[in-house]
Amino acid sequence: MTTFALILILVVPVIGMALLALIANYRIGSTLNVLLSATAFAGACLLFWAPMQAGRFFLIDSFNIYLVALNSFVGLTTSIFSATYIAHELEKGTLTPKSLRFYHALYQAMMTFMGLALLTNNLGLMWVGIEIATLSTVVMVGIYRTPQAIEAAWKYFILGSVGIALAFFGTILLYLTAESVLGEGVPAMTLSNLQSNAAQFDPALLSLAFVFLLVGYGTKVGLAPLHAWLPDAHAEGPTPISAVLSGLLLNVALYAVLRIKMIMAGNPDTIPAGLAMMIMGLTSLIFAAVMLYRRRDIKRLFAYSSIEHMGIITFAFGMGGPLANFAGLLHMTMHSLTKSGIFFAVGHIVQAKGTQKMSGITGLAKSHPSLAWALGIGVLAIAGVPPFGVFTSEFLVVTTTFARQPVLAMILALGIIVAFGALLMHLQKLLFGEPGGESHKVKASALPMFIHFALVLLAGLWLPPILVEWFKQVAEVLG
Amino acid sequence: MALMFSLFMQGIQMMLVLLVAPLLVGVVRKVRARILLRRGPSILQPYRDLWRLLRKETVVARNASWLFRVAPYLIFAAVWVAAALVPVFATGLEFNWTADLLAIVALLGTARFATALAAMDIGTSFGGLGASREMMVASLAEPAMLMIVFTISLLAGTTQLSEIANFVASQPIGLRISLGFAFTALLIVALAENARIPVDNPSTHLELTMIHEAMVLEYSGRHLALIEAASATKLLLYMSLIISLFLPYGIATNEAPLSLQLFGMLVWLAKLGIGAVLLAIGETVVSKMRLFRVAEFLGAALVMGLLSMIFLFVFKGI
Amino acid sequence: METSIDISHFLAGAVLALSFVLLYQARLFALFNAFAMQSIALAMAVGWQAYSQGASHLYITAALALVMKGMLIPGALRWVVVKMGIHRQIDPVVSVNLTLLLGVFLVILSIMVVFPVAKMEGGIAREDLAFALSIILLGMLMMITRRNAIGQVIGFMSLENGLILAATGAKGMPLVVEISVAFSVLIAFFVFGVFIFRIREHFDTIDVDALSEMRGDAE
Repeated sequence: MTTFALILILVVPVIGMALLALIANYRIGSTLNVLLSATAFAGACLLFWAPMQAGRFFLIDSFNIYLVALNSFVGLTTSIFSATYIAHELEKGTLTPKSLRFYHALYQAMMTFMGLALLTNNLGLMWVGIEIATLSTVVMVGIYRTPQAIEAAWKYFILGSVGIALAFFGTILLYLTAESVLGEGVPAMTLSNLQSNAAQFDPALLSLAFVFLLVGYGTKVGLAPLHAWLPDAHAEGPTPISAVLSGLLLNVALYAVLRIKMIMAGNPDTIPAGLAMMIMGLTSLIFAAVMLYRRRDIKRLFAYSSIEHMGIITFAFGMGGPLANFAGLLHMTMHSLTKSGIFFAVGHIVQAKGTQKMSGITGLAKSHPSLAWALGIGVLAIAGVPPFGVFTSEFLVVTTTFARQPVLAMILALGIIVAFGALLMHLQKLLFGEPGGESHKVKASALPMFIHFALVLLAGLWLPPILVEWFKQVAEVLG
Repeated sequence: MALMFSLFMQGIQMMLVLLVAPLLVGVVRKVRARILLRRGPSILQPYRDLWRLLRKETVVARNASWLFRVAPYLIFAAVWVAAALVPVFATGLEFNWTADLLAIVALLGTARFATALAAMDIGTSFGGLGASREMMVASLAEPAMLMIVFTISLLAGTTQLSEIANFVASQPIGLRISLGFAFTALLIVALAENARIPVDNPSTHLELTMIHEAMVLEYSGRHLALIEAASATKLLLYMSLIISLFLPYGIATNEAPLSLQLFGMLVWLAKLGIGAVLLAIGETVVSKMRLFRVAEFLGAALVMGLLSMIFLFVFKGI
Repeated sequence: METSIDISHFLAGAVLALSFVLLYQARLFALFNAFAMQSIALAMAVGWQAYSQGASHLYITAALALVMKGMLIPGALRWVVVKMGIHRQIDPVVSVNLTLLLGVFLVILSIMVVFPVAKMEGGIAREDLAFALSIILLGMLMMITRRNAIGQVIGFMSLENGLILAATGAKGMPLVVEISVAFSVLIAFFVFGVFIFRIREHFDTIDVDALSEMRGDAE
């Protein structure tokens, strides 16, 4: 059962990747892409019934099952969106059929290696997974070949490589820490082993390893001083890629940080890992909230919003404890769903108006009422307006913080409110007023967008008890 | 008796460095010419040049002060003493207790100071230009040199050159990265101090780039002979310094009999010969760098000196 | 044993010294040569580790470093430069001396970071770690101080050299990692190559500065 699920998630897409690179017809390619994503999603669902285990290569516990499921779900909906969206790019001539082949193959590569990073029990493999997933997104960000796209991809690549290098150095340090206790070879690289033996590790070396890993993977999460690549990469790449970057890749990087934090938790003498994460999280939140105001590009706007939300999530996990972890998990889910939904909507809008500049997108309520609704719902949801799920999770984060760190809670609430104001201000300009600029018919499918928003709304109104149970279990694991 | 012998050997060394120095310059020139497929002057040419200059009339500018006249003697004396202090073939000589690395650096600094002062004394533009360039070089080369001195004295536990040479010759030191850094830095400093090729070209008088030659442009006759002799001795000094710091093998240690001292002398001469050939090859292969790159070049020496000290200090013997 | 450590330190130190040489170079071809030399020094360091640890799989890593980074990549870069007629002088953002000085501070920093923390018996890994971290930081410094895309490529690859040094210094680290590092270098180069060519498609210069035009935001 487990093996079968793993084959569906990790092996089938690799075969598909080769096929996608060979198929010249983009329609077949995009359909195959959807099918492959659906298979991966099916595999991820199967994992829910798989026994939790920590093997030599794979680690399956409630935490990563949930993330794999979330990942492959968003991957599936994005592939559906992309299938309809990308046809338009082809018509406009911004993409060639050849680069589309590339695009689809890389999409699967990214999904597979994210899956690998999530499911592996080996620190080194986790690093490889994140690295290759990142590299494939780098190429996709630069796929339009415009000067801006190349610059964005270059920046992303340089900063990403620096991050990944630091993470690798941290991995080596962690191995050295473990080696003196667990002996040479694979066991000292195995996450589950590291976690259970953390108490015997040298605390100073472990702390140093953590610092490198936090900074390294933190770059990928887009935490504040290291975020410079994120807005560019989101703005200049194809919109489906912005959706998966925000919705998935950031989560995977955060997952890696959390795994390391779990190891740190096993050793009482280390530096407080949570504190470092809380500081970075809060900084990102405040910084991004302020930066939201002066955006002119709609995709950049939501990229900064992603930094803001990753800040909140990192903060919640940094604080730790069952309740904060629960809130963090919920917020992670809600943010992934909402943000990718918003990017779908943005993709539609950009196609409708032919521009990403917000000055060229006005009066959507008159010209494209359905799009206006979608964007309105999305932005309200991400800003944390009830009754959407984001409200629930943000509310949980803030209340738990109030109970434990009232001062920090004030800062947190302030950041959220500042961001809220910025988003509403921009939304108002986008939706109302006289429609200006071009106006085209939208061909992309609206289905994925509405599925996402419906789920977020549902989560805000009623969280299924089974999900609550699951999250509670994960929150326990996270400690 | 032992004292007499020691004093005698010291005297031998003093004469030896003075006598060998022009020969070294001659060999370098000859090898360079040979590499360039020219015949080149005889290796004894520097002696002839010095002899000729000594007999020639000495012309002194009208507005020159006493400083201008004194400087050549001062320069020559300082460099000669410094060269006499470096243990070249034996470490147990009478004046070795004064052979302190810091003292040598200070003596060379004095010589440089005198040269620069004399250069500015006449008030010609070339003199001032050369002096300011020389000071620019010095401001980087001297700290670098001090870094090297510190590194080596940290390693050997003394700044006494003879003891350092003894230490390096007798102790298995092995491959040490800090010594590698120090060696490279010393090479760069030596090239700069002797106005050799990537930094300065001793055989041209091109106003755009010359440093050392610009300073001594006004000298003639026996003054010039002294300065030429001093710069030849300085080259010998630096080469001997590098040899005694990094490759002192074969040097006669304390209280060695005459035969060993003679052997040490031969070994030293052989090493000098190899050094001269290497220098000539280096000067043919490398081209002179632009003046503003010189600062970077010497900066690199300073950085290496720093690094070598850090490594030595931190790793305790790497 | 003593000499074995000496040699490994010496080789690691040589790699570090060549990092400084990389920082110093102002001409592209000299930069490639220095990078090739660094990679060869790295190959020797890794080879020595393989020999002294008795870990034969490390020879693969050494050979990869030697062939790929010591020969093929510098050659390919040279070809790219000639083919595309790229300007061969790199103008660093910060002056060379300042860069070198910063480099020294980074070395001190990494020693200060690694030494108090890593208290390992034998002390082999400790110095190697400090060296490796210095090389990594110097690589980053190079990427920051060179605006030129090729300069940044070299900076990145020298950074990877530091990573490999660290990975091989860690005794018995599984082979998986070494292969992955080599693999990532390949990919990195591939990606870099793609980008360089694309940059060329649109601009007459490969200077990243030329790309920094007004973007979507007022910043």
